Amino acid sequence: MKTVFKRTPTLKDCPTHYCPGCGHGIAHRLIAEVIDELDIRGRTIGIAPVGCAVLEYDYIDVDMIEVAHGRAPAVATGMKRTNPDKIIFSYQGDGDLASIGAGEILHAGHRGEQITVIFINNAVYGMTGGQMAPTTMINQVTATTPKGRSAAAQGYPLQVSELLVTLPGTIYVERCALSSSTAVRNAKKAIKHAFELQLDGAEGMSLVEVLSPCPTYWRMSPADAMEWIEKEMTKVFPLGRLKG
Amino acid sequence: MSLVVNSTNKKNMAAKNQVSKKAEKRILMCGNEALAEAAIIAGCDAYFGYPITPQNEVTAYMSRRMPEEGRVFVQSESELAAINMVFGASATGKRAMTSSSSPGVSLMQEGISYLAGAELPSVIVNVMRGGPGLGNIAPSQGDYFQATRGGGHGDYRTIVLGPSSVQELVDCMQLAFDLADEYQIPVIVLADGILGQMMEPVILNKKPSRKLPPKDWALTGAQGRQQNIVRSLWLKEGSLEQHNYKLRDRYEQIQKNEVLSEQYEVEDADIVVVAYGIAARIVRGAVTKAREEGIKVGWIRPITLWPFPTEQISKAADEFRIFLTIELSMGQMIDDVKLAVSGKSPVVFYGRAGGGVPAVDEVLDKIRQLTIK
Repeated sequence: MKTVFKRTPTLKDCPTHYCPGCGHGIAHRLIAEVIDELDIRGRTIGIAPVGCAVLEYDYIDVDMIEVAHGRAPAVATGMKRTNPDKIIFSYQGDGDLASIGAGEILHAGHRGEQITVIFINNAVYGMTGGQMAPTTMINQVTATTPKGRSAAAQGYPLQVSELLVTLPGTIYVERCALSSSTAVRNAKKAIKHAFELQLDGAEGMSLVEVLSPCPTYWRMSPADAMEWIEKEMTKVFPLGRLKG
Repeated sequence: MSLVVNSTNKKNMAAKNQVSKKAEKRILMCGNEALAEAAIIAGCDAYFGYPITPQNEVTAYMSRRMPEEGRVFVQSESELAAINMVFGASATGKRAMTSSSSPGVSLMQEGISYLAGAELPSVIVNVMRGGPGLGNIAPSQGDYFQATRGGGHGDYRTIVLGPSSVQELVDCMQLAFDLADEYQIPVIVLADGILGQMMEPVILNKKPSRKLPPKDWALTGAQGRQQNIVRSLWLKEGSLEQHNYKLRDRYEQIQKNEVLSEQYEVEDADIVVVAYGIAARIVRGAVTKAREEGIKVGWIRPITLWPFPTEQISKAADEFRIFLTIELSMGQMIDDVKLAVSGKSPVVFYGRAGGGVPAVDEVLDKIRQLTIK
């Protein structure tokens, strides 16, 4: 019998704590596969966010740190500046990166830190119970927008990648999704490219935004959540390479 | 003067200084620049900082000197970022520090709590200014509570050093890095605007380092080993409590082994003045004058503010004496003095705040008022 798919070694063989249909598991696997394909496990340090992915180190078998909410790009700066030979990546959600950590991501990009950022955008705060995130869609019902987000009251969804593109310090920004097998393959290519740039010593920050489903707090079935990404989210967060 | 544990022998100290004078070159430096150079000598790999008065000379000095040494300097976008850059560098096993002044150190408290939780060595210099709020840029000792009570959230301690001269500030830097590495703990060097700004002759030399444990916990890439994880989250039932016990045991070791204080003519004293940092310099002058007037007065100067020299003060309070606490605040360290004295003797307070600095004669007057006519 021919093996067509197997777990990559850097992804641990363990049960997941993520909800059914959550995108984090896919994103973790893509990162682990990229680390193994590039053979950089022994020189990679990962930064876990505050949020559902705080236990990322339970799944990805590299040296990892867990940091305060939003501060990953500052922590990554401290790591990379003192260890230019190491590959530093942060993994951050939308609350972490786009809200409380907006200053840190902006300035890490502004300084052109040679780090790789994986930005998981699921338009909601997951771990705390589905509150509105900066990336929450207009009319999206959340725990803190019971009547749906309104632009007048809560502002428009924040397009962080588009903002970061304007900074000379960012060298590569791409938005992908986990909503289909094709999309997942594209996401992996983007993540790999972002790591390769750091490996090559490219001067600047690379960021891959990943539109990721949260069926639990979108109150949808996993299949409907995938469809909602493609039909709704991509209208506000268009896929593709924004820079680099 | 170098750090002395309960030194009462002035002759020994003088002899020690003379040896140093012969062996080492004395140069004139302001406290902020001297502490920065001392950090470099102590092997600081990375400095991260954000401008705030009255410690800007540290950041400016480091921006020039660290690159010269092939080391890391980053001007961060905020104190939040600065302390988290320290967090990142420290997690990889590097010696990292930041410096700031009171409002900036408030912003760092989140990071300091995480450093304490994740057991990361780190050095934070606070060149204190007046508060609360934006306060002013004048010298103050108003952050004693913040420094010695944790400051951030959760059940933790930091080591706090309170130097009283530019030389001692210099000596504190290597001690701070060593203590941080030995106990895997954030160490706060609590200076003030006077110490930061004033110039004094200093000897900058590398002292023999303590024997320090290997940093086998550091994130260096899991080459040929299992992954290392640096964390402060303990979700499994009972696991955080175990972690808290582990930290408590370490804090008890620090309390047992690392208390530093100095005292002067306490044995026959009716009055003992307790002061740290720059306030202790003023007290020293006032006590000398009071002795000349025949008043039996001595002083105790805590050098480590945490761990606090509780035993030394308690011992002095075994005989009835009046304890006078002098601070550049409205009264913060006095709480620790009272805890140490534990009701055995009266504890009174005199302090100035908001940039007010008591003159020697002002303190002398307070001492005179306590004498039995």
